[in-house]
Amino acid sequence: MALDSQSPSGPLAQKWDKHRFDLKLVNPANKRKFDVIVVGSGLAGASAAATLGELGYKVKCFCYQDSPRRAHSIAAQGGINAGKNYQNDGDSVYRLFYDTLKGGDFRARESNVYRLAQVSVNIIDQCVAQGVPFAREYGGLLANRSFGGAQVSRTFYARGQTGQQLLLGAYQALARQIGAGSVKMYPRTEMLDVVVVNGHAKGIVVRDLVSGEVSSHAADAVVLATGGYGNAFFLSTNAKGCNVTSIWRAYKKGAFMANPCYTQIHPTCIPVSGEHQSKLTLMSESLRNDGRVWVPKKKEDCGKAPASIPEDARDYYLERKYPSFGNLAPRDISSRAAKEACDQGRGIGPGGLGVYLDFSDAIQRLGLETIKGRYGNLFDMYEKITGENAYELPMRIYPAVHYTMGGTWVDYNMMSTLPGLFVIGEANFSDHGANRLGASALMQGLADGYFVLPYTIGNYFATSKLGKPSASSAEFKQAEEAINSFTRRLLNTKGKRTPTSLHRELGKLLWEKCGMARNEAGLKAALKRIPELREEFWRTVNVAGEALEFNQALEYAGRVADFMEFGELMCLDALHRKESCGGHFREEYQTPEGEAQRDDDNFAYAAAWEYQGADKAPVLHKEPLVYEEVHMSTRSYK
Amino acid sequence: MNLTLKVWRQKNGQTPGHFETYPAKDVNEDMSFLEMLDVVNEELIASGKDPIAFDSDCREGICGACSLVINGVPHGGNRGTATCQLHMRHFKDGQTISIEPWRARAFPIIRDLVTNRSAFDRIIQSGGFISVNTGGTPDGNALPVAKEIADRSMDAAACIGCGACVAVCKNASAMLFVAAKVSHLNLLPQGHPEKNRRALAMVAQMDAEGFGACTVTGSCEAVCPKEISLNFIAKLNRDYGIAALKGH
Repeated sequence: MALDSQSPSGPLAQKWDKHRFDLKLVNPANKRKFDVIVVGSGLAGASAAATLGELGYKVKCFCYQDSPRRAHSIAAQGGINAGKNYQNDGDSVYRLFYDTLKGGDFRARESNVYRLAQVSVNIIDQCVAQGVPFAREYGGLLANRSFGGAQVSRTFYARGQTGQQLLLGAYQALARQIGAGSVKMYPRTEMLDVVVVNGHAKGIVVRDLVSGEVSSHAADAVVLATGGYGNAFFLSTNAKGCNVTSIWRAYKKGAFMANPCYTQIHPTCIPVSGEHQSKLTLMSESLRNDGRVWVPKKKEDCGKAPASIPEDARDYYLERKYPSFGNLAPRDISSRAAKEACDQGRGIGPGGLGVYLDFSDAIQRLGLETIKGRYGNLFDMYEKITGENAYELPMRIYPAVHYTMGGTWVDYNMMSTLPGLFVIGEANFSDHGANRLGASALMQGLADGYFVLPYTIGNYFATSKLGKPSASSAEFKQAEEAINSFTRRLLNTKGKRTPTSLHRELGKLLWEKCGMARNEAGLKAALKRIPELREEFWRTVNVAGEALEFNQALEYAGRVADFMEFGELMCLDALHRKESCGGHFREEYQTPEGEAQRDDDNFAYAAAWEYQGADKAPVLHKEPLVYEEVHMSTRSYK
Repeated sequence: MNLTLKVWRQKNGQTPGHFETYPAKDVNEDMSFLEMLDVVNEELIASGKDPIAFDSDCREGICGACSLVINGVPHGGNRGTATCQLHMRHFKDGQTISIEPWRARAFPIIRDLVTNRSAFDRIIQSGGFISVNTGGTPDGNALPVAKEIADRSMDAAACIGCGACVAVCKNASAMLFVAAKVSHLNLLPQGHPEKNRRALAMVAQMDAEGFGACTVTGSCEAVCPKEISLNFIAKLNRDYGIAALKGH
């Protein structure tokens, strides 16, 4: 099967306009005849469900949380990018497009990224109209800050809680539609399978997490907005419930999985404190606007109090290595530089796995009150977790798994290789290439949900006049039975190990072999170990409780079972990509200065994997990345 | 440190619950409260017992899922801190800790420490939004908003919808939650067209859900993990009064 990106022809700047005109429309009076299922209620899911409801479609929205307002988009701190050029500093749609494409190390689809930059300006307008309390200047206009990987100030923010405020905006728009009856909401409901009828996605199987009952929902199309798979690593900045289940099960039904090896390791997280650790907490990248990153020049100084280390014995390594971007170097580069310093034995804090993020210069220059005003809540959060006061001591930070650029392969219309199945937000692979720039995840989630999917899904309805099956048809009954037997298998194994201990072991393996740096030997070892671990999982897992009750152990065990399979594909993808790009750093492919070495001749493609059945190797499909407008340059932030 | 936990166990909404006592041994002071419970749950599973059910998700104090009454205080009494960010360094070796769910008629118990807070969602659905559809909105800078107003609106908008205000209130009133949302939107010029309608509809829905009346004792502000100010309740009363007088 050849992958067709459906990217429109014509000049880059006109592709989306042209495409919107070419898309077939659904008559307003006919929209209510179409049922749409949206799984997930984060920025992408909530904005899509609300917008589709406003347009007149009949929408069902599902989330595993107790309320759509709790989706993990809520935890995004720093901000959202838009090419508004409100600061008159030379920004434009084209510059945002170029920065995003370059930040992604030229591994994203050009037409998608341009469209993302184009609609970014509409997102800000939309959010302001919804009442998102963005930061303002004294004159009443919107304030901006700068973020990693950019030399302009284009990031809009609401203190350190931008994700929360944008999500609440989308949640409120969704709530309005729920109140109006155009969207029916199913909280505490987990999607466990996609149902395919005549080759098209026509519904889902879900488990009611309160009663434990498994049931089916049929629709004309299914939209997955279920976020990223960072929890494969066990420790990540994701919420505890984040999982790969929906896109993994869709993969097994024919939706190709693209670039699963592209994971983003965020440079500024609070270091691990012990074996009990259940998750990692991010400190917003915006801190790097005023904080300076350093480690001691000499190993011997690492144990000393930071204030006792004189200026000339400190290595401000980002400023030294990347003078033009300094502490605002992109995430992949900053993370790797931190790892390099720690590998040299110059890391600080427990286990030598940490670097300093120091605000003393900024406090001296701007005053304590200004720093408190900008980052007060982040400093408070740091103190709660570590018990340390970062106004007096430098913060200790270390990279952690944060975001996943890979995901379900989708075309320009956000449709996967399984017709009728659309995938939006972090769950798809489309816009960030091999590395995402800060403040671009919120932008993509809302772009997809508010301004892209609502157009493109209409074209699917208008052109594929298939109708919808009944949720009691054979395909649905079969899918339900498969889920019930999967559940029985989990509950009846009654082994000795908890899902947590098995997940922790998988996560450690992935972090060591497929984390910040990868190499052939390590990936091969992981590919040998993961099937063994999976076999161990199914032999030794101990899942408490019963199927027909509120059972958090069972929910979790099902998600871990999927990570046990998904982790293997991630390593396989990382092994096959014999180059370094963005978040994928293969130790064998680096420049003499230790920077990532891309191989555009052989790897300028998106790798889309097709499932072939259990215990069979997946088949690789390549979508060549053709750049009509920009020249693929070597990424330099020096 | 070693602790004794007295935990509320309840199979479901239909059967009565009771306290059970569990030891928590070798607790590390850098653990969060929920990580301590994770460790206790691992031991319960290993000994063939059902783990303690509790809600949590982001574990960084922003999603509002976590919800425990610890020693009688929602979120444990560490000012401005949700349970997930409460760390064990605030407890003493040998201490006995009681852990209960939110208790309010409008938040029925699902299991153990997990309650159903959908009443909050229904309050938002009744009017906690600005009625704009996607698209067709004016430029973001077309409507200047004074910094002081935007900041105050943000103070109210910081609410995470956890329900601690209800759990601590002797009347199980949801006034602080409703006041935060009404204030967030009513303060902003974008929210003015629906100001009156919003205040009336959200208060009516709050009453219909079975939340109690507010007697302004201020316990809600004291336990709020986002330290939402009681002043917003005064603002809600004012907005509600004006709306009622105008006979909207």
